[in-house]
Amino acid sequence: MQIEAALGRAGLWFLLLLLSVAVAATAKDAGFAAHAVIIGVIAFVMIWVTAGRFDPIAGGRTFFKMPDTPSVYDDEIVRWGALATMFWGVIGLLAGVFIASQMAFPWLNIEPYLNFGRLRPLHTSAVIFAFGGNALLATSFYVVQRTCRTQLALPSLARFVFWGYQLFIVLAATGYVLGVTQSREYAEPEWYVDLWLTIVWVAYLVVFVATLLKRNEPHIYVANWFYLAFIVTIAMLHVVNNLAVPVSFLGSRSYSAFAGVQDALTQWWYGHNAVGFFLTAGFLAMMYYFVPKQAERPIYSYRLSIIHFWSLIFLYIWAGPHHLHYTALPDWAQTLGMVFSVMLWMPSWGGMINGLMTLNGAWDKVRTDPIIRMMVMALAFYGMSTFEGPMLSIKSVNSLSHYTDWTIGHVHSGALGWNGMITFACLYYLFPRLWGRERMYSLRMINWHFWLATLGIVFYAASMWVAGVTQGLMWREYGPDGYLVNSFADTVAALHPMFLMRMFGGLLYLSGALVMTYNVWMTLAGKLRNEAPMTETPHDADRDKPIVDSRPPAAAGAAPDAVPAE
Amino acid sequence: MANKRIDEATNTETVGHEWDGIEELNTPLPRWWLWTFYATIIFAIVYVVLYPAWPMVEKATDGVLGWSSRGELAEEMRLADQAQVGFREQLARVPIERLPDDGELMARAVAGGRAAFQVNCSQCHGSGGAGDQKLGYPNLNDDAWLWGGDLKAIEYTIVHGVRWAEDDETRQSVMPPFEGAFDEAQLGAVVDHVLSLSGKAQPNAAGAQIFADNCAACHGPQGKGGREFGAPNLSDAIWLRGGDRADLRRQILGPRMGVMPAWGERLDPVTIKMLAAYVHSLGGGEDFVEVADNPEVEVDEQP
Repeated sequence: MQIEAALGRAGLWFLLLLLSVAVAATAKDAGFAAHAVIIGVIAFVMIWVTAGRFDPIAGGRTFFKMPDTPSVYDDEIVRWGALATMFWGVIGLLAGVFIASQMAFPWLNIEPYLNFGRLRPLHTSAVIFAFGGNALLATSFYVVQRTCRTQLALPSLARFVFWGYQLFIVLAATGYVLGVTQSREYAEPEWYVDLWLTIVWVAYLVVFVATLLKRNEPHIYVANWFYLAFIVTIAMLHVVNNLAVPVSFLGSRSYSAFAGVQDALTQWWYGHNAVGFFLTAGFLAMMYYFVPKQAERPIYSYRLSIIHFWSLIFLYIWAGPHHLHYTALPDWAQTLGMVFSVMLWMPSWGGMINGLMTLNGAWDKVRTDPIIRMMVMALAFYGMSTFEGPMLSIKSVNSLSHYTDWTIGHVHSGALGWNGMITFACLYYLFPRLWGRERMYSLRMINWHFWLATLGIVFYAASMWVAGVTQGLMWREYGPDGYLVNSFADTVAALHPMFLMRMFGGLLYLSGALVMTYNVWMTLAGKLRNEAPMTETPHDADRDKPIVDSRPPAAAGAAPDAVPAE
Repeated sequence: MANKRIDEATNTETVGHEWDGIEELNTPLPRWWLWTFYATIIFAIVYVVLYPAWPMVEKATDGVLGWSSRGELAEEMRLADQAQVGFREQLARVPIERLPDDGELMARAVAGGRAAFQVNCSQCHGSGGAGDQKLGYPNLNDDAWLWGGDLKAIEYTIVHGVRWAEDDETRQSVMPPFEGAFDEAQLGAVVDHVLSLSGKAQPNAAGAQIFADNCAACHGPQGKGGREFGAPNLSDAIWLRGGDRADLRRQILGPRMGVMPAWGERLDPVTIKMLAAYVHSLGGGEDFVEVADNPEVEVDEQP
């Protein structure tokens, strides 16, 4: 019976293999053919695997030393998600450092596959959707089970969501290198990859909502509001922004349903809300579970969480037009984008307040617990970039900052500072618990990671702020004779030192992630590093007193608690 | 709620829910947070009254201030144009041969030409006009001119371009490829001869003969070149595509010839005049040689 099932499954894979060979043979362009080949290779491997009755998941489980004991929750998929987050994180950061180097040293553009234009979307998608997306998948499955006190409603569908999402990432990433793109920022994958992601995402929504429905708690925890808002809104954004007609069903190209300024507005409605609902709402959900858990403190204010959740959700969706200030977009839409962005300031900060003030009564942990330290730094950067965002959306500020590296600095203070740091902190929380280890292999390495990452962000953000303002001022500089002073190439040349500093900052951030990779690997291996514990400076009560003898009698009399001289 | 309790560390009551050990305090909204939120809302309301904001059936509200981004741009452009208007008219009237006579006008033309050069020309010629030997973009700072270096000639080159197929009056020259025409020894000899013209190699009779037979028709017997053919001067030690032996061999066997677009279609005559003045001022500008029977100059000299 089992053999029959395996044969049946192998037959299905064989059909897929045939289909992909046919598609590869008749494809209109090389990119589409390459993707058909990738799917064919996967189908072939799956035939092999099924035929050999070799279970790759079990093999991977052994390789990553996952615990054999059945977990009370469905944690297997969370384990894979945590590993995928680490893997894609390192890939994405590596791509980032490489394209930062290309900006400083243009000869590093290796044509055509590894030029800046193809690697830049690879970097952004790898860090946002592969690293961030897997972090959100893994933590949402972890958090929703625990805060609902129930197992996942549809565990096999959850497995499909995870592995289907990985296929999406592989198709997207290889597509960029092969030149398959629909040229929409942060939505570059072409129509067939978009369709696949839609299926995966709807499955994700189904798993999440079904789990919420079977919860054993009377109320839905705030983290799950944010996760749900993230999943629902991303589904809507993804579908609308990617409405397109394929040129051919055997080709990778498509035409967008929108054109001109409508296209631009749809794109930035999508683009800004990808920031708002993917990188803000989703990661706030992570914050709302892991910060109180790690600090062992109650959430600062339930009321604040309600007000800032609803105001954030309502206001964010309108803010997109601020990406199109001083363009063909009508003035009224620009006004709308700007005022909604300004009103967004406090709702965003509500999350920062609720996170930071949750540490009330446990502030000493910032000194002793490097994970808490990371969370505090993440919240601080969250606060900084959500202040900077509304500021940059003000038209007069935007006229200086737009199209300059200031924007890049702003994005990275948010991405590296907030998204990166909070994800690392959550992963440090998760790995020992998911693998049943006592703690991470080394707490001191977490501390190293913290400082490398912090220093990296400082180099990155500071250099890009200076670069952006320099660039903006040079572009608008008029001489007394009424002519522009600088050519574009002049401004690029002026920024070279800043590009070097940015590259260095990225390198520091990457090395922090590599330290983490080692730390995680050793944790999975079940090792504990023998190291001096991270404690506060010891307090010697005996020496903490005035020298009574040297003081005048009146003063000594005024201090009744003083220890008498011996 | 049943499970409300007072949290010791903060002396605040909890809401009474608990999820996986997480409780929530019932802290009121921070006042500064709430008031700042209100302030941003008030700012937004005032702003949408002052500026274009509400989309209506026909168009959006104009805002009390009557501001529009198009209006602002038009006003700024008007002011900028106004500042230039007298100067541009003056420049349009003066024939380019007479431009150097008016020192102040020339200086302003050079300044304007510099700005136009940064926008339109620096992509190939470099922001300082130094060109690029690898890519074959001429250096505009030196004394070597393929097509003439006086104001009039520079203006003509800018208007009509070089080897620009869409312009009938474009600067045109072709050097035939000599691939297969010489054996190795002959090639070495002619390269030596060409280098000897600028004192970079010993002269040799064989090379001189080959040069006279094959090259002198365009480049002249002394290799001085000829602007009527756009044939480069080979004796000035200034090279468009590099001056070592390998560069010369490559250029003899398969000459690469650059293209410059005709800018007469894209830029107005005054801007082109300013560009010519700027390029002329870079260091290698030549004086205009008066041609007595040039009718254009005669006409323009009247007030």
